[in-house]
Amino acid sequence: MSLIAAVDQHLPVIIVLAPLLGALLVALIRVEIASWPIAVIAALVSAMAAFRLVFGVETLGVVSYRLGGFAPDLGIEYRVDAVNALVLLLVTGISLATLVYARRSVADEIDSGRVPWFYAMMLVAMSGLLGMAITGDAFNAFVFLEISSLSTYTLIALGRDRRALVAAYQYLIVGTIGATFYVIGVGLLYLSTGTLNLALIIERLPDVTSPRALIAAEAFILVGIALKLALFPLHAWLPNAYGYAPSAATVLIASTATKVAVYLMARFLFGVFGIHVELGPVSVTGVLIVLSLGAMFVASAAAVFQRDVKRLLAFSSVAQIGYITLGLALANPAGLTGAFLHIVNHALMKGAAFMAIGAVLLRCGSSRLDDLAGIGRTMPATSVALTIAGLGLIGVPGTSGFVSKWYLVLGAFDDGKGWLAFLIVASSVIAVLYVGRILEVVWFREPSKTALAAREAPLGMLLPTLLLAGLTILFGIDAEFPARLAGAAASALLGGRP
Amino acid sequence: MSLVAMLASEATRFTIVLVMVAGLYIVIARNNMIKKLVGLSLFQSSVYLLYLLPGKIFGGTAPILDPRFDVYANPLPHVLILTAIVVGIGTLALGLALAIRIKEAYGTIEEDEVLARDRGQASPATRKAGTRG
Repeated sequence: MSLIAAVDQHLPVIIVLAPLLGALLVALIRVEIASWPIAVIAALVSAMAAFRLVFGVETLGVVSYRLGGFAPDLGIEYRVDAVNALVLLLVTGISLATLVYARRSVADEIDSGRVPWFYAMMLVAMSGLLGMAITGDAFNAFVFLEISSLSTYTLIALGRDRRALVAAYQYLIVGTIGATFYVIGVGLLYLSTGTLNLALIIERLPDVTSPRALIAAEAFILVGIALKLALFPLHAWLPNAYGYAPSAATVLIASTATKVAVYLMARFLFGVFGIHVELGPVSVTGVLIVLSLGAMFVASAAAVFQRDVKRLLAFSSVAQIGYITLGLALANPAGLTGAFLHIVNHALMKGAAFMAIGAVLLRCGSSRLDDLAGIGRTMPATSVALTIAGLGLIGVPGTSGFVSKWYLVLGAFDDGKGWLAFLIVASSVIAVLYVGRILEVVWFREPSKTALAAREAPLGMLLPTLLLAGLTILFGIDAEFPARLAGAAASALLGGRP
Repeated sequence: MSLVAMLASEATRFTIVLVMVAGLYIVIARNNMIKKLVGLSLFQSSVYLLYLLPGKIFGGTAPILDPRFDVYANPLPHVLILTAIVVGIGTLALGLALAIRIKEAYGTIEEDEVLARDRGQASPATRKAGTRG
């Protein structure tokens, strides 16, 4: 009993440490057979800790953990509230599903000598993302951001195609510029307030006399994070990175990395700077709405013309991130709930879609749209998962995509912006086009030779895929659980201090 | 003395911004992947200066508890930048490793040539022909 109590005390740090130690173990042992079980166990420990913590947060409110026992103004504080509890649950859950899925996919796509390194990098990426989500310290968030980024570059570079190397290099350049912008902003905040703890920064911000440093800090931090979350005009790195990375890595990056960056942006927008406080001459919400709309329309339209399904889904990701940032920009309870719901729902849908494509890549050796012709006849379960995910991306009623868009439309009306609600619906029509292309090819074309020779995906890959697709349906019919968590996150952010 | 101090503080800001902008310009304008990484490192170094230089106090010492000193420089920025330098080394090492792999795969590290060589190929992500079981 006392052991459980002792473990409970350290839950926040266990969430981050379990995958980090797992990665160390995998990298030190470097035995191919042992890597996968260790990775899954590490992710499982982290997921269980996150699950327990979420319920702790629901009853306690805020859980604060001081690393090394130092007070927040000197040491690093891990701070879990309703906002990042949701993100932690999502990241650990998706990472666990991805690792279960990864075994067959990795065995096929990665050279055997590199398999342990691949799992080590997956775990490091997971640890970095969780650290970004859990920390209450602005500089610590930068360190975790770089941990997750560096491991992500490595994961992308492990792709088979030589273009994966170029994609990783380009992402490294852009990602480092983004992270450096973020540190510049944090540095300016530190110079103005004398602390790196987010909660303390909030307390001291009103005392800062010169707004100029704050304007510069906000601009640097928001642009830096926007590069990471691939906000429209800054998304150029994303399609290649998603397109050429190994399938399992694509699933992990697409469904978690951008979401954690969105969380960080929400934390700074609402928790630190205050979204309604106009710091500079430019309205942050106005810019965010315009860029979100750009993502929703331009990236969706670009997705329609892709010939490779992985790239098509990558462009769709840019568009879907637009919906999330639109919810942030609305800055009212319904809009924010929609944004956080869409963080969860999009992670599930995109996870399922990329998992299904990974299974097709395993069986057919190609992710080109034309090569998917008639795959629905030989790989029905995979195709059903892909279809459900596609319908979710459109926002068809009965899928979770409908629920989050419903909240976004409500938020737009609450804000007195009926035209925005119209644009949300209009952009979904473009999603019908690109999802329709996939569905037409998968179900109604005559099977190609490779498609006829393909068999259903192995069970280890199929189960996680169907689980995520099933959750997309479940959260579409009964959205009580995710809506409760997202609603709590929204009210925590709008309530001012976290 | 105060004039010197003022000039010095302006000089540090000028240096920071110069290094920052120069680094960023190299990243954007150069085509060579190694030169881009050099620019990236310069850009990161400017941030080290941004944190460190304002931490200097004229007449201040390192934070050693001793009755003879009462003006201390804040040690926290140094600790932070030590971490940032480690991150920078990691990034640079990974970037150089990628540049080597790109050189092996493409035979060049000029970005436009690399992109041109890919454009000559068929559509993306065609990996292996035939099924695997």
